[in-house]
Amino acid sequence: MSIKIDHISKRFGGFQALDDVCLEVPTGSLLALLGPSGSGKTTLLRIIAGLETADSGKILYDEIDVTNKPPRQRNVGFVFQSYALFRHMSVYENVAFGLKVRRSPRAEIRPRVMDLLKMVRLDGLEKRMPGQLSGGQRQRVALARALAVNPKMLLLDEPFGALDAKVRVELRQWIRKLHDEIHITTVFVTHDQEEAFEVADQVVVMNKGKIEQAGAPQAVFDAPATPFVMDFLGNVNVFQGRVEGGKIVLGGMQLAYSGSHVDGTQATGYIRPHELDIDHVASARSSLKARVTQVNAAGSVAKIRVVAEEFGLALNIDISPDRYAELQLKRGDEVYVSPKNIRVFSPDDYVI
Amino acid sequence: MASLANRRVLPGFRMSVSFTLMYLAVLIVVPLFAVLLRASSMTTADFVRAVWTPQARAAYALTFGASLIAAVIDVGLGLLLAWVLVRYDFPGKRILDSLIDLPFALPTAVAGLVYSSLYAPKGWMGQFLVPLGIHAAYSRLAVVVVLVFIGLPFVVRALEPVLESLDPELEEAAACLGASRWTTVWCVVIPHLYPAILTGFALTLARGIGEYGSVVFVSGNKPFQTEIAPYLIVQKLEAFQYKEATAIATVLLAASFALLIVINFLERQRARHAT
Repeated sequence: MSIKIDHISKRFGGFQALDDVCLEVPTGSLLALLGPSGSGKTTLLRIIAGLETADSGKILYDEIDVTNKPPRQRNVGFVFQSYALFRHMSVYENVAFGLKVRRSPRAEIRPRVMDLLKMVRLDGLEKRMPGQLSGGQRQRVALARALAVNPKMLLLDEPFGALDAKVRVELRQWIRKLHDEIHITTVFVTHDQEEAFEVADQVVVMNKGKIEQAGAPQAVFDAPATPFVMDFLGNVNVFQGRVEGGKIVLGGMQLAYSGSHVDGTQATGYIRPHELDIDHVASARSSLKARVTQVNAAGSVAKIRVVAEEFGLALNIDISPDRYAELQLKRGDEVYVSPKNIRVFSPDDYVI
Repeated sequence: MASLANRRVLPGFRMSVSFTLMYLAVLIVVPLFAVLLRASSMTTADFVRAVWTPQARAAYALTFGASLIAAVIDVGLGLLLAWVLVRYDFPGKRILDSLIDLPFALPTAVAGLVYSSLYAPKGWMGQFLVPLGIHAAYSRLAVVVVLVFIGLPFVVRALEPVLESLDPELEEAAACLGASRWTTVWCVVIPHLYPAILTGFALTLARGIGEYGSVVFVSGNKPFQTEIAPYLIVQKLEAFQYKEATAIATVLLAASFALLIVINFLERQRARHAT
C-alpha cells in the first residue's frame, strides 16, 4: 500500500515539530526517515499511524484519506522504540493479541502465531515471558506481534536504538532480508545514517520539521542537497571561502567545483575526509601546507589530523592503510593536502 | 554477618540492620508476644469459650465482612479516582488531589460523628434516605460506608504512581493492533496495575479490620447486629475481663496476619511472572 503525506504541519506548544511536510511512500518500498533528535521524524511516523493528529494537512493510504481515522481502524503494524510488549503475557499471547481482539477464528490463531514465531526465529520460546528475553529477542517479538494482523504497512520507531552494536547490525540485515521476502511497505525512523543507508531503498533526511532531501541512499550520499545533509551524513571538513572566477578560494587553494556563484560570494566548502589526499611534496594540484598533529591507524582506514597553521584550519583526513604505509607519517611531519572533490554552498542558496 | 557486611561497598549495613531489628522488636514483636502470652495463660477450653460465643462470632463476621466489602468498593472507586487524577487535567484538580488524603489526617472519631449525624433519620441525607428504607446510620450499611471513606486514600495512593509510570506506548500498541478502548483498559492496563491494586486492597482491608474510632459512632454497637470485634474487646476491658479481651485480640491478630500473608503470596506470584 502506498502512503501519501500531504502538507502536514504539527506544533507542540511553541515548538514546530513538522512544517508543511509532503512525501510519498510508494507501495512495497523500504523508507528511512533520518534526522537528529527533534527533527520531527518520530512525530511524522506517529501521524502516519494515527497515534498523533496533525494540525493541518492530510494522510492518504492508497489515495484514500485516513486523516481522521483512529489507529485501530488503520491496520498498521507499529513497532515501538521500547517494544511496548505486554509484560504479563507470554510471547505467544503477545503475538496472538491482535488476532484475538480482531476475533479471528480460534483454529487459525495458533498456526498463524507459530508461523510468525518461526519467521522471526523465536520458535520454541512461545511460553517465555518478555522479561526472560534478550533485547534482540524482544524486538523480534514486537515485530511478530505487529505483523500478526497482516498490516498494510509496517512502521518502526528507532527499531535498533536500544540494542548493542553487534545485535544491531545482525538485526538490520535481517530486516532487509525480511522485507525482500514479504514486500510490505515499511517506514522506519533512525538517527543513524549508516543504518539508513544500509537498510533502506529510500532515505528521507529531516531537519527542524522539514524534509531536507529525499532519494536513493547513493544519490543522497553523493549529492547532498544542503549543507545540513552534507554535515549530517558523516564527518566533513568545513572551509569558509570566497568565489572568484568560477572557483572557490580557500586559504591558498583555488578549487574548481560544480555549480556557479557570482564572484565575490562568501561560500562554504565541504570536503569529506576520504576526499582529501596527503603527500610529502606539493602536488601539481592546488594544495595546502599543513602539519600532522595526530595519527590513528587502527581500523580499516588511517585517520590523520592535520593543522594548516597559516590559516588556523584543522582537517581530518582518511587514507587507506596502504597509502599510510607508503607515506610513513608521524606527528609533526610537514605535509601537503589536496582535495579530490569539494561541494560548495553559499548562504544565499538556502534560506535557513 | 560480618563477612556479609564486609563485602558491601557502601557503609552502614550493620547499623541500619541493627536499627531496623531493634525497632521491629520494641514496637511490634514485644507487644504482639505480650498478647499471645496473656492469651496462652488460658486453658484451651477457656480460650474457645471466650472467643467463640455467638456474640463474638457475629462481631467477627461483621468486622471481616464489612472490611472486605469496603475494600472491594474502594478498589473500584480508587481506580476511577486515580485514573481521573493522573490522566486528565481539570480546574480544581489540585484541591481534589489533596482532599483524597483527608481521611488520613482527620481524627476517625470526627468522621464517625459527621457520618452518623448526616445519615441519622433526622440528618441532611438521612431525612431523604430513611423513608426509602436506606438506613445508612446505626446499621451494618453504616459500617461499610464509613470504612469505604477511611480506606479510599490507600487505594488511590497505591495506584497513582503506577498509573503515572505506565508507558503510554502500551496502550498505543494495543490500539494499533485493533483493540478497542475498553479491551485495552481491561486486557492491558488493569493487568499492569494488578500488583498495585492488590497492595491497595490489602491496606484498605487491614485498615478496615483495625478501624475503631469512626465505626463505634456510626454503627450503634448493637450486639449480634452492628457490633464490631474491636468494640467487643473494649467492652471486655471495661468489664475487667482482661483474659477474654486478649483472647479475642489473638483471634483478630491471627486472622489479619493470615490474610496479609495470602495477599503477599499473591503479589509475589504475580511479580515472578512480570519482570
